[in-house]
Amino acid sequence: MKYPGFDTISLHGGQRPDPVTGARAAPIYQTTSFVFRETDQASSMFDIARSGHVYSRISNPTVGVLEERIAGLEGGTGAVATASGMAAIHLAVCTIMDGGSHIVSSHALYGGTHNLFTYTLPRFGITTTFVDPRDPDAFKRAIRPETRLIYAETIGNPRCEVLDIETIAGIAHDAYIPLMLDSTLTTPSLLKPFEHGADIVIHSLTKFLGGHGVAIGGIIVDSGRFDWDGSGKFKTLTEPYPGILNIDFAEDFGPDAFLHRARREGLRDFGAALSPTHAFYILQGVETLALRMDKHVANTRKIVECLDHNEAVEYVTYPELPAHPDHELAKKLLPKGCGSVFSFELKGGLEAGIKFIESLKVFSHLANVGDAKSLVIHPASTTHSRMDADALKQAGISAGLVRLSVGLEDPDDLINDLNRALYRSQK
Amino acid sequence: MEIELNNHTVFAATGREDLVPGLPTIVFIHGAGLDHTVWTLFNRYFAKRQFNSIAVDLPGHGRSGGKPLHSIEDCARWLVEFIHALKIGQTALVGHSMGALIALEAAHRAQAVINKLVLLGAAVPMPVADPLLNAAQANDHSAVDMIMLYAHADASQLGGNPVAGIHIMNSNMRLLERSLENVLYADLKACHEYSNGLAAARNMLLPVTLILGAEDRMTPPAQSTDLINTLEQVRVETLPDCGHMLMSEQPEAVHRALSRIFHN
Repeated sequence: MKYPGFDTISLHGGQRPDPVTGARAAPIYQTTSFVFRETDQASSMFDIARSGHVYSRISNPTVGVLEERIAGLEGGTGAVATASGMAAIHLAVCTIMDGGSHIVSSHALYGGTHNLFTYTLPRFGITTTFVDPRDPDAFKRAIRPETRLIYAETIGNPRCEVLDIETIAGIAHDAYIPLMLDSTLTTPSLLKPFEHGADIVIHSLTKFLGGHGVAIGGIIVDSGRFDWDGSGKFKTLTEPYPGILNIDFAEDFGPDAFLHRARREGLRDFGAALSPTHAFYILQGVETLALRMDKHVANTRKIVECLDHNEAVEYVTYPELPAHPDHELAKKLLPKGCGSVFSFELKGGLEAGIKFIESLKVFSHLANVGDAKSLVIHPASTTHSRMDADALKQAGISAGLVRLSVGLEDPDDLINDLNRALYRSQK
Repeated sequence: MEIELNNHTVFAATGREDLVPGLPTIVFIHGAGLDHTVWTLFNRYFAKRQFNSIAVDLPGHGRSGGKPLHSIEDCARWLVEFIHALKIGQTALVGHSMGALIALEAAHRAQAVINKLVLLGAAVPMPVADPLLNAAQANDHSAVDMIMLYAHADASQLGGNPVAGIHIMNSNMRLLERSLENVLYADLKACHEYSNGLAAARNMLLPVTLILGAEDRMTPPAQSTDLINTLEQVRVETLPDCGHMLMSEQPEAVHRALSRIFHN
């Protein structure tokens, strides 16, 4: 006997044919609330003494299918879906941290996450030290007694720093804190961070998991392996919580402690729940995840090769290129491919960058990645524009840097589009 | 709740309620390599419904100290001592898998303090295949894999959990992984070697309910036939679309079955 395979989970995970109608597809349970069969059931649901759904801010059957499916794909004990990827990061951080807590984070982050850690969370007493993701000792040195989390992205955005997950997880665990990773750009199809020691994984569902660019969503997946009790640093999970019936989440829910607290407190009080209809849209994307990621990677490899040999390009930042600083690590961690989001530096700086972007016809100029359609953006003026000059330099974002998210179009059409725009950029 | 017994701490979850003498009492006993958390929903339910509801961690499991005991008879002896130490009078026993064998043997030994018996995923005898025993003895993860694949119905392996967002099989896998260091082997060996089950059943005067999973491959319903035929007062509920991990695979059906037993 064998565990269900990746593609089977992508199609069937978290769902059984609807018991009432026999519907094969996951139905959209577009309802705010659920009728109690009797008063005893109602009160026991509020006592957290019975399974089922009460109110769609806390849980919903359609959203539940998505949560279980992603948990199955990642190898986690479960998941909590949220209204956006940023909501997932906020919920995950706030489930285990209090005012006075500290994060050690890679500086190679999505601009929104950088903003949350730099400006927003400090207003609530949570501070962050940013370090070079390629320098494990920097993570170690930055850990303080009040540090509660190491945070990073599996592949940095936009310069594709590949995180040495096993080494950084070891550093986190030596300090009795978890490693939380944003795995949006790799997806479980290319990399399963739990297999390398990560404890919590975040995804923006908006990107490759949805794949079609029509629904915003996020998700937190827990490996269930971090020993919250043994750490002794996470009172939100290991002491009775008066806000919810004095539950001690680690005592009552064991490996699911983090997820229950995130749902019962975080979705209740912060309220960033995913809508059932958006969960349904995203489920349609998840069904073809592996097929799409294979095509994303195949197209990207062709485009990277083309750009790498184009005279208008200063350099290409993609981990499969031998010159990339993380090439060897990428071969080990990402044998199926390094995703389809990468950057390159145009000769001619900002002016060439503007000409290039405005000359593209197939690539769409917009602020998203991981769509089925190919996308392009200029990070310094858009996604990372709120970072100051030092932070931009630290993240390796120059004025001429262009980020591509390679889609699923015919690769010849993409290459023709890029070649034409590159030619015009140098005129 | 923690008490000291035989120089070791015993942990038991009580749904965050104090035990009250005179209230009906239920003691839940977990299966091999598991702990009290498998009963959380049911334990919390009865604790909020005027029961003393106690989900105990066996020695060496979960939050209890000591080492795992080496036979079902030793576990049953220990359980009876634990019940006496609680000083709450008679109790019902609800056991799952290995916990069901312990409950059966404890009820056989101390029928005066037990008033009801509920056995989930129970078969007598409960032989364990050599490959699983050997893998567990070697603390090899393949022991966990074998249990996960055989203990969950096909549908449960893919999910569909009414407890939102929790992946049934992966969650059970993590729980079992926590006991891989020698605990799981001790438990499986105890199940394998237990030979007094039918004798215990033959002398049983208590009402017994068996709750079985229709797709259980660890203790298939057919393997419970001898036990059912031997017990004098027995009722059987077989849950469809359910394997051996009844409480997580079909929590609502188990809830309804237990409610019928204890509210009636």
